[in-house]
Amino acid sequence: MNWRAVQAIYLFEMARTWRTLLQSIVSPVVSTSLYFVVFGAAIGSRITEVDGVSYGTFIVPGLVMLSVLTQSIANASFGIYFPKFVGTIYELLSAPVSYFEIVLGYVGAAATKSIILGLIILATAALFVPLHIMHPWWMLTFLVLTAVTFSLFGFIIGIWADGFEKLQMIPMLVVTPLTFLGGSFYSVSMLPSGWRTITLLNPVVYLISGFRWSFYEIADVSVALSLGMTLGFLAVCMVMVWWIFRTGYRLKN
Amino acid sequence: MLSMSPIISVANLSKTYGSGFKALNGINLDIRRGEIFALLGPNGAGKTTLISIICGIANLSEGRVTVDGHDINKDYRAARSLIGLVPQELHTDSFETVWATVSFSRGLFGKPKNPAHIEKVLKDLSLWDKKDAKIITLSGGMKRRVMIAKALSHEPQILFLDEPTAGVDVELRKGMWEVVRTLQASGVTIILTTHYIEEAEEMADRIGVINKGEIILVEDKAGLMQKLGKKHLKLYLQSKVEAIPPALAAYNLELSEDGREITYDYDTKGDRTGITSLLSDLRNAGIRISDLDTTQSSLEDIFVSLVRAP
Repeated sequence: MNWRAVQAIYLFEMARTWRTLLQSIVSPVVSTSLYFVVFGAAIGSRITEVDGVSYGTFIVPGLVMLSVLTQSIANASFGIYFPKFVGTIYELLSAPVSYFEIVLGYVGAAATKSIILGLIILATAALFVPLHIMHPWWMLTFLVLTAVTFSLFGFIIGIWADGFEKLQMIPMLVVTPLTFLGGSFYSVSMLPSGWRTITLLNPVVYLISGFRWSFYEIADVSVALSLGMTLGFLAVCMVMVWWIFRTGYRLKN
Repeated sequence: MLSMSPIISVANLSKTYGSGFKALNGINLDIRRGEIFALLGPNGAGKTTLISIICGIANLSEGRVTVDGHDINKDYRAARSLIGLVPQELHTDSFETVWATVSFSRGLFGKPKNPAHIEKVLKDLSLWDKKDAKIITLSGGMKRRVMIAKALSHEPQILFLDEPTAGVDVELRKGMWEVVRTLQASGVTIILTTHYIEEAEEMADRIGVINKGEIILVEDKAGLMQKLGKKHLKLYLQSKVEAIPPALAAYNLELSEDGREITYDYDTKGDRTGITSLLSDLRNAGIRISDLDTTQSSLEDIFVSLVRAP
């Protein structure tokens, strides 16, 4: 293992975060705070409790997941797309590093960023609503698993994209809708039965459900299923990354 | 006799792109340890493709490449850690400092931190006073030197310079050659590509010519320069001339259509260029000259003559 290379890539990517602090950390925190003001305080006060917790409290895990998903994808896809775009990828390809080391550096940094961000948002949420976490270790497990999985997914998008438009397309047209429809703002049991079945096809439902369970022990699907689906998606992403590097897809012409 | 084995060995290398374009065709090339090797060729000849394959940026289609005995695919770590690459295009980060980006390269190649070495590299390339500057604020010439510094950050045994002096001013070019010579003196093998023949002439020990994806020849510099050293002398006449006087037929002069310019081809490497006698014979023939100009054969001309040679 070329650990120095992993470290170099990781620190390089983290340095980018601190340089773009406003964009990386402050803006997601501000937008999440707006959600709390609008849904938690303004509208939430008119909504009765959901599954025994107040609406404002109920949406916290979903909002954290929303940010972690989108930021993981954004960080990782941009991290690998940018060197391709400006051409500095030549150095990565000519360096004595394995694909695994490259992924570890980039995905590790992207996941670290979104985990930090998730925790900051959680702390912000605690300012607005009373918060209690029943299974902190499970909460962290889900947070880390989701951050890693979606950073890998973002890495794949970043390699696949050959323009800024494509870079934005999947997050905008696929991930954001799936997250909003994945039970961030409601319990699946609130839906009419037909929609409930359709919703279960949405992988994000399992992520949010498991994450919310670790807070309040309320879930739309069983925790084991949530964990299984998350790990399954992680495995799919790993296989795709492995294939990309094996074939040199979009990296080596 | 290990030191006599080639440091890079390219055997039957071919590269076909997905589009079906064959960029390299059966390349065989050995680079000797410690030499400066210049790869000459017109645009699109395959120079960059060849370098990209050796350095791991492009996949090869057929053949085998070894670097100091290490196969570039099977043993890529050992092969690549010996190589420093300075690509043709200016690919740099923008918001990092010079120090950070050069240190990053060293880490990427798995070398432990060594601020003293980075400092030396930056000083050699006259970048020391810019070490804390963001790369985006640097001029093009400085950015190119930053790329060289990145390539040297991990103390490579082999340095690839792809068109290193394209768009670089004269002074900087000289400074760069200084660095290259120092590196060679310390035992580094240097491979550079160029389409300026003067550059190869000034720097290289051996020269390879590549055209349309094939190596046309590989020769010691002295031998090649003999072949390629054609120059043209252009004479601007004071008054119009209808035809070249028969007395000057032996010079093979060429008269322009308007009758005001005469061109003479000569060999700089020959014992006699014939210029002195030509000028005196012109005066004897009553032809007065207002100005003169010499030009060297362009590489394109040389290719034409190489390819057409029987």
